[in-house]
Amino acid sequence: MAAPLTLLLIVAVTIRAALYRSSLADLISERVEVVSPLTAWKRVVEGLALLDLGVSPYSGDVFHETPLIIYFFHFLVDYAEITFMLADVITAVALYMTVKDYNKQVFRKQKYALEADRYPLDCLELIRSPKEMYYIPLKVAMFYLLNPFTILSCVAKSTCGLNNAVIALFILSTIKGNVLLSAVFLSLATYQSIYPLTLCAAALLYLMQRQYIPVNYRRASFWWFIAQYAFMYLGSLFVIVCLSFFLLGSWDYLPSVYGFILSVPDLTPNIGLFWYFFAEMFEHFRLFFLCVFQINVFFYTIPLSIKLKEHPVFLIFMQLAVISIFKSYPTVGDIALYLAFLPVWSHLHRFLRNIFLVSCVLLACSALFPVLWHLWIYAGSANSNFYYAITLLFNVAQILLVSDYFYAFLRREHHLTYGLYLKRKDGSEATLVLK
Amino acid sequence: MGLLSDPNRRRALISLLTRLNAPICVVCYMAGVAWFMGLAFEPFTLRTYMSENAMGSTMVEERFPAGERALATGREFSAHKKKVGGMPVDWLVKTMQARGLEVFTQRFSRTLPFPDENKERYLVKGTNVYGILRAPRAPRTEALVLSAPCTPGDNNNQAVGLLLGLAQYFRNQVYWAKDIIFLVNEHDLIGMQAWLEGYHHTNTTGMDWSPLQGRGGSIQAALSLELSSDVITSLDLVLEGLNGQLPNLDLANLFYAFCQKIGVLCTIQGKLQRNDWDSVSGYSHSVQTMMLMVMKQASGRPWGDHGLFLRYHIEAATIKGINSFRQYKSDTTTIGRLLEGMYRKLNNLLERLHQSYFFYLMPSLSHFVSIGYYMPAFGLLAVILLTLIKSAPSQMSSPGVLSVLTPLVISHLTGVEVAVEHFPVSETEAVVLTAIAIYTAGLALPHNTHRLLSGEGTEQGWKVLKLVAVLYLAVLLGCTALINFSLGFILALTLVPVAAFVTPHVPKILSAFILVILSPACTLLFSVFFFQELQEMPVSFIDGWMLFLSVISQGILDHSLYGSLVYPLIALLVYPCWLLFWNILFWK
Repeated sequence: MAAPLTLLLIVAVTIRAALYRSSLADLISERVEVVSPLTAWKRVVEGLALLDLGVSPYSGDVFHETPLIIYFFHFLVDYAEITFMLADVITAVALYMTVKDYNKQVFRKQKYALEADRYPLDCLELIRSPKEMYYIPLKVAMFYLLNPFTILSCVAKSTCGLNNAVIALFILSTIKGNVLLSAVFLSLATYQSIYPLTLCAAALLYLMQRQYIPVNYRRASFWWFIAQYAFMYLGSLFVIVCLSFFLLGSWDYLPSVYGFILSVPDLTPNIGLFWYFFAEMFEHFRLFFLCVFQINVFFYTIPLSIKLKEHPVFLIFMQLAVISIFKSYPTVGDIALYLAFLPVWSHLHRFLRNIFLVSCVLLACSALFPVLWHLWIYAGSANSNFYYAITLLFNVAQILLVSDYFYAFLRREHHLTYGLYLKRKDGSEATLVLK
Repeated sequence: MGLLSDPNRRRALISLLTRLNAPICVVCYMAGVAWFMGLAFEPFTLRTYMSENAMGSTMVEERFPAGERALATGREFSAHKKKVGGMPVDWLVKTMQARGLEVFTQRFSRTLPFPDENKERYLVKGTNVYGILRAPRAPRTEALVLSAPCTPGDNNNQAVGLLLGLAQYFRNQVYWAKDIIFLVNEHDLIGMQAWLEGYHHTNTTGMDWSPLQGRGGSIQAALSLELSSDVITSLDLVLEGLNGQLPNLDLANLFYAFCQKIGVLCTIQGKLQRNDWDSVSGYSHSVQTMMLMVMKQASGRPWGDHGLFLRYHIEAATIKGINSFRQYKSDTTTIGRLLEGMYRKLNNLLERLHQSYFFYLMPSLSHFVSIGYYMPAFGLLAVILLTLIKSAPSQMSSPGVLSVLTPLVISHLTGVEVAVEHFPVSETEAVVLTAIAIYTAGLALPHNTHRLLSGEGTEQGWKVLKLVAVLYLAVLLGCTALINFSLGFILALTLVPVAAFVTPHVPKILSAFILVILSPACTLLFSVFFFQELQEMPVSFIDGWMLFLSVISQGILDHSLYGSLVYPLIALLVYPCWLLFWNILFWK
């Protein structure tokens, strides 16, 4: 499988290199759907310029990246394009290896369950075969690399590509079972943007199951493992934070990066839900709504972990989707990361009900974003309501997509336990409806 | 979530849609066309009214006295123009300075990609001259523009004379709160583009211009004047701008209100308003006026020098003086008083014009149709596409992606060929005929596509391709209609029937003929003939063909000179979409 993967990487790098050389690169790097105040390359260059002048890069509310990024690019600013292409390649390869490993485990678990005769007889058609699962890792890598959202994000040199690479490496190390690396990459991802913290629940569940630690809060081994993981996580986070302090010599970056993410002062329109609400909100309600919106991102961890505790990889997918939809400054690069996982659940297609409508809406909204932006900002005939309407529609379509996959996944699990053709008590055929 | 999650009700609805597909399509199409034609019927339109309170009634008496002197200045301008053989820059600078304006000039030059045969120019070099009248007691934050183009020959001399006369009169008044910029631009639209780019510090079209030495603050409104006779019988208002953008309706309302007040006949699209809306000829007159506006908007060209201001969010219109065979004539003093009144009203504005509609159609100058009334016509046509999409996904297995992707990619490559800008040849005819040749070559594609994929043509394949093509068409038409309703509607009128009836199983020869008739190029050809009919200047077939070729070359030139989007849209997006349907027709 190495040859097709290499071919795919070459094609992806060629497309990105061609777009870098064209005149579209400048146009794309200014689109608000692709870059946000957190990830824009223009701001990184600004921060580097301030650093060269000896001033703190965080003075003046322009730069909101972490100090590690600034030092990373201090050495690599001339090779920025190669860096971002490499980040995309690393993400794709990490996802490829993750999905290959995950497929092996899924197949192994299925084999044991078949041998233990745990599936009802009529749902044998739901069982997956190695042949259908053979091309899934390649499809995942393709979905990530050739997704127009990823290509736009890479050409705009948005640091979202680097964040995605770190998250992908975290997922890879979790799936491979390496607790230390998983904690280190999670702390790095949290250090970059706070929201990947919610992925720790999924990582803990997966690692515990892999090490055969029972997921029961009454057992000591459960708490001991959590303590170990937390220690490694907090330790690496502490090291990174202190390193950032020593790099720049001050604690300025804490309010500029984390304060910015949490308190959302910049209301530039983007594809998220925050900007419009906070633009029209009265000051004395601002803190309340800020808390509500931010808790909304973190809140879904608890019910989802309880429901999906047997399926931590699907939980990771759901969490990534929830983060991309509800975070304070989303961009299309975040969406591309969870969309890359869709081929892994391609066996659910017979239970998906709205996928066609959702994909039509996503496509239409992606086409309408630049049109309505143009009508609002340049022609002056529309206003922010039109653009927010498309934003809302886009996010609703994403939520529908994620909940559709959730429904299909749960339904398949239900069928695997209770059989494919459901009968009511009197023997007539029943249908499953989500209320 | 009832419809989305209840499989039984949804299945019932989809089966209903599939059964009634053909009748729904026909009914919706007829309804869409009937709705559109009904828009010109006067009881269905609204009377225009002034929405901006700042431009409401004021008890002002316009007092511009110097019409004759303006005409004399115009004759002087014409003499100097003939002497210099172009724009008499020095004389203009001296005259404007004598009237107390701050005068500046701007040089510009541009090489067209190929010679423009309509205006006979290729290497364009020119100078714009503008004078700024500073507001006596106001901060210099806002400005108004009055412009007159300097055209070769005997045209527009009176316009420049009137402009200079108004400048002198305005200079002596104390009530100006905004700076007024009097602009005389050379080479009409090219000069205007250079001036606007210089004023706003943008450079989107690659023109070479010298920076502006003097500026006046952000421009709130602009009027362009075209006057070629000493007396006029009527004034014509031109609204359509680049990419079909229209100024705020309040500007047209302002013009109409002042024409009523001063007593000058006013027309739109060159047609005078009639009172007999309930007779057939009255109704057809309204329809003709509205269709002229639709055609002009769909072409995406700026139909006057004002057309380029709209892109910078500046409301602008062109006022043309027309001298026809009527008894009652108005002189230059009257026009001057009308312009003075309009500028005094614009002077009162506290913010940019935004209260009235930006999207409208005008069957006459006193009646308009807003976007809420005309969009359902397009919506009915879009519903046809949506029913086509809805009745498809019952069989959503995915046949080879390659069989669908290949026609898509090849169609788009053909589109790119048609749109390529860097022509090595510099002959207009060669350029246009090459474009048409590539377009026609695309018709031969289906045979080649099938040679590439031997044995891939399955029953499922064309259904998926049709689904993709219909989806693509729906998104494309939706986005186009939002920006330029007329273009979207005309494209929908021809392409939606194509999408609805094309399958590989219809009779091939007849369908191929109909498909070619409804293709974008033929639509353009028919539109050219139709436009000439509407303007009551019908042309013979040969002249029509030459006009068609010149329209294509103008489209390419507009794109490279001013950034018009119509030609790239049709070449890169609409034509490949039509090619996809052509592919489906010849699917084996």
